[in-house]
Amino acid sequence: MSELETPRLDRPTDELVDEAVVRPGEAHDLPPATAAEQVSLNERRAKQVIAMGGGDWAEVTARADAEDQDDVMVINMGPQHPSTHGVLRLVVTLRGEEVTSLQPVVGYLHTGIEKSTEFRTWVQGVTFVTRMDYLAPIFNETAYCLAVEKLLGIEAPPRAQALRVLMMELNRISSHLVWLATTGLELGALSMMLYGFREREEILDILEDVTGLRMNHAWVRPAGLSQDLPDGTEDKVRAFVRDMDGKVDEYETLLTNNPIWVERTRGIGELGLDQLIDLGVTGPMLRAAGLDHDLRKAEPYCGYEQYDFDVPTATGADVYARYRVRVAEMRESLKIVEQVLDSLPGGPVMLEDPKIAWPARLALGPDGLGNSPAHVRHIMGESMEALIHHFKMVTEGFKVPQGEVYVPVESPRGELGYHVVSDGGNLPYRVHVRDPSFVNLQSAAPMMEGRLLVADIIAALSSIDPVLGGVDR
Amino acid sequence: MTSATAFQPPDALQPVLTGLREHFPDAVVEVSGHRGEVTVELDRAHLVEVATWLRDDPAARFRLLADLSGTDYLKLDDRPERLCVDYHLYSFDHNARLRLKVRVSVEDPHVPTVTGVWATANWHEREVYDFFGVRFDGHPNLIRILMPEDWKGYPQRKDYPLGGVDVEYKGAHVPPPDTRRYRGGWTST
Repeated sequence: MSELETPRLDRPTDELVDEAVVRPGEAHDLPPATAAEQVSLNERRAKQVIAMGGGDWAEVTARADAEDQDDVMVINMGPQHPSTHGVLRLVVTLRGEEVTSLQPVVGYLHTGIEKSTEFRTWVQGVTFVTRMDYLAPIFNETAYCLAVEKLLGIEAPPRAQALRVLMMELNRISSHLVWLATTGLELGALSMMLYGFREREEILDILEDVTGLRMNHAWVRPAGLSQDLPDGTEDKVRAFVRDMDGKVDEYETLLTNNPIWVERTRGIGELGLDQLIDLGVTGPMLRAAGLDHDLRKAEPYCGYEQYDFDVPTATGADVYARYRVRVAEMRESLKIVEQVLDSLPGGPVMLEDPKIAWPARLALGPDGLGNSPAHVRHIMGESMEALIHHFKMVTEGFKVPQGEVYVPVESPRGELGYHVVSDGGNLPYRVHVRDPSFVNLQSAAPMMEGRLLVADIIAALSSIDPVLGGVDR
Repeated sequence: MTSATAFQPPDALQPVLTGLREHFPDAVVEVSGHRGEVTVELDRAHLVEVATWLRDDPAARFRLLADLSGTDYLKLDDRPERLCVDYHLYSFDHNARLRLKVRVSVEDPHVPTVTGVWATANWHEREVYDFFGVRFDGHPNLIRILMPEDWKGYPQRKDYPLGGVDVEYKGAHVPPPDTRRYRGGWTST
């Protein structure tokens, strides 16, 4: 088949496919060009229907053609458009400047993480899930580990739980900062971009100090953490919290009453509470519509019930309300971080059960995380049993009793849920991730169709705060 | 699984389970509990009416379909209905969670859509169709969502193998992880 031929679209040979299964673009397949046609390259190209992938391009353009109106235009945004927050593609139909239909097309970043986890041990799963929602890796790790712990019927020690909360809340601030920075950039508030990334960098420095990496940490492990805080981190976090409160004030001075910002965000992307719930939307978007639902309060995990914080809500249900909620959430997170530091319990950060806990004492060296020299000396020089145990635990890992659980946590984007099934072995049988970006992105079309102008797509889409690593998994 | 052992469902779910047995005696195949989570397996013929009741009845009010996922039970039990669709429901009113389960076979993988009950099921069902080949009857736009649209097969079924990677260097091939054996160097079986 020459590359000039019409690409074949989905042609299931499976006779089970019934009428309900739409095969996009099928009606538009031209007969394959043959050599005998002897048409020039350009003419042949002009005849092609270009299958853009993702489904509905041909269908959408055909519908626009059928309407036969000169002011109807179909625009393809993405997947490389910088304002789509990653490899998201939008097929937008415009009448003049008005958005009449909008179809998000996802899947460009699909890496089969869920399938991959089925072929790695339970501990190795952490390194996969941390790569999904790359702006909130600690949440992925924690939710996955909570699910594994629930299956095992164990709980991590109190110090590990408190440190998880500390890191999650720092991570929530950094995630909201990226949202604020990129949204500012897209709406022309360039300073916000610089400030947002400046402060995020401080948080990433802390994360790097603690875990060894800026992202993809694999720091939270089933039954605890890979290692404790290094010396001096507590002071660093305290200094950051002290500065940050004033910085959030600065952002608010910059934006909250800024007439351009208000004009571009107020009344944009409105969607009522009932519709949001119907669409499964959770997180700041739901709270910006007035419902004070937060899993940290509703179904506390990791000891969130010990900390005193509010669940900020707003009533506008528009981009502006979402902005207010996210900024307020950053302040609440700072409150929680301070309380964790004040009440940080002592003790180990990993359950002291040799059948589950990672055998090595890990240490953070100049070139990243590794076995501590003391542990290496012990297993290589002193104890054969320790060496065998180390080898078994690292290569085979532990077994998890048969069963299934669904564990949700409140990520910066909403309910991040892990549905984990175990067959009783040392590998997960199935890990399904309910990623809030995936679910919330469904609200893009109802939020925009027939309501917005083309320039507002950027603001409305950005207020969903989708992370495509999480959407596509 | 140990379904026969008695379990105590959370208080918030008692009226729901009672109501389910009362209103839909034919629909419920099995009720089980594990680690404090309650699972109700349903007959697919009654799925939509049960889902609607669960969403609207004051005792239940499961307004949020938190998650919808698929699992292939090929290696987990011997039932011919190896494909399973899980519905994770959440009730804001009662702060309760419930899992619904519908099992179908590969030969007849049809499940009625719940997009009419919870709009959010749209993409979730596309995902389960994409990865497991479950046909959701009545779905408005059942096409692949994450895999390329010309993909053949359903990659998260348990009999769908992992792929290896061809490497240019000396024409080598890195086998998929589950077929590797360590023999003083990673080799394929």
